[in-house]
Amino acid sequence: MPSLDDLKKRITSVKSTQKITKAMKMVATAKLRKAQENAEKGRPYSERMNNIILNLSGGVSDKENSSKLLVGTGKDDTHLCVVLTADRGLCGGFNTNIIKKAKSHFEDLKKQGKNLKIITVGMKGYDQLKRNYSNQIIEKITFKESKNINYFDADKVGKIVLEKFEKEEFDVCHIFYNQFKNVMIQIPQKQQIIPLQKEENADTPEKDNLNYEFEPDEDEILNNLLPKNISTQIFKAMLENSASEQGSRMTAMDNATRNAGELVDKLSIEYNRSRQAAITKELIEIISGAESL
Amino acid sequence: MSEEFKIEIVNPERSFFSSENVTEVVVPAFEGEMGILKDHISIISFLKPGIIKIFSKNVEEKFYVDDGIVEFKDNNLSVLTSSIFNLKDFDKSVIDKNLSDAEKSLENPDLDDQKKFLIEQKIESLRSISTS
Repeated sequence: MPSLDDLKKRITSVKSTQKITKAMKMVATAKLRKAQENAEKGRPYSERMNNIILNLSGGVSDKENSSKLLVGTGKDDTHLCVVLTADRGLCGGFNTNIIKKAKSHFEDLKKQGKNLKIITVGMKGYDQLKRNYSNQIIEKITFKESKNINYFDADKVGKIVLEKFEKEEFDVCHIFYNQFKNVMIQIPQKQQIIPLQKEENADTPEKDNLNYEFEPDEDEILNNLLPKNISTQIFKAMLENSASEQGSRMTAMDNATRNAGELVDKLSIEYNRSRQAAITKELIEIISGAESL
Repeated sequence: MSEEFKIEIVNPERSFFSSENVTEVVVPAFEGEMGILKDHISIISFLKPGIIKIFSKNVEEKFYVDDGIVEFKDNNLSVLTSSIFNLKDFDKSVIDKNLSDAEKSLENPDLDDQKKFLIEQKIESLRSISTS
């Protein structure tokens, strides 16, 4: 049985934890709104880019000579995985979910005997992967300094990926991130960016393929566009990720606040009971002392 | 019959500019400046560094772009670009910084012709902005 003093101390400490989690929740809520807005604003760009590329790639006549970014290198021996995570913890299952998804992909690749290379974006992903995959991680990137996600950062990652692709360091590239569905639900995603994978609804571009004029010709536009698309896709992933991170943190902190509240209630009851017990005990002692006189 | 069409300029972060009633747009397409009027044929092209001019009935807007893609379809013009500035609030110091950056990157010996051309274009248009 803990003493009254101990209980009192515990109650205060739980209360102050609750204050912290409450504050974190508020901050996350405020940030979430902004991140969500950004994610929504960023969508038209990547969607349009995708549309144009679909329109173009439908019209490419000479598959053999078109960009390797579109058709691949013809091999699939070395896989590059870009794992996008947050820089901070305390956001529920957010980071763990991405890592889990990525790890199961890594294991699949291992079973198939493929080479694996990893680029981690964000501190937490690196921390969790370095134990098992430290040899495969070829690059770790973090944008801790930049407050908001900007295209410039995404472009940096994109350039690194492209540079490695040009040096033929890998054949296939996947990115891992969390897609923001709503505050409660974030879905870990695996997306193939090299070679470009057409979306499932690939039958639409046929209709859509109006008689475009191209200037210069299609191939050249496509070659110019595809590298940009890599950065765009990474940027989109980063935007989705940041919205997911805040959403996830908000829910996690909300839960933590509620749990702390419950704990405080329980501890207070215990505290009051033992205080009452001590008083009763003292009373009994006095009464029985008086009776014996 | 109105002579107006829609334009939307998007950069990765947001929809930068959009207007429902423009009459003419001049874009610095890769193979030279290109003016677009209503009912232009569907076209996709990419941009070299230069100035986008947007004319509507009584206003004229100018934007500087570094690169980008234009798509025109059904009287909808979309411009996708990653770097765009409104000339109105294009600061002198920013121009100069861009200019010196571009000049520096031109010294890089392993540029191919296309990149070199693009950078030269950039320097040229930046100069013309900064002197005007």
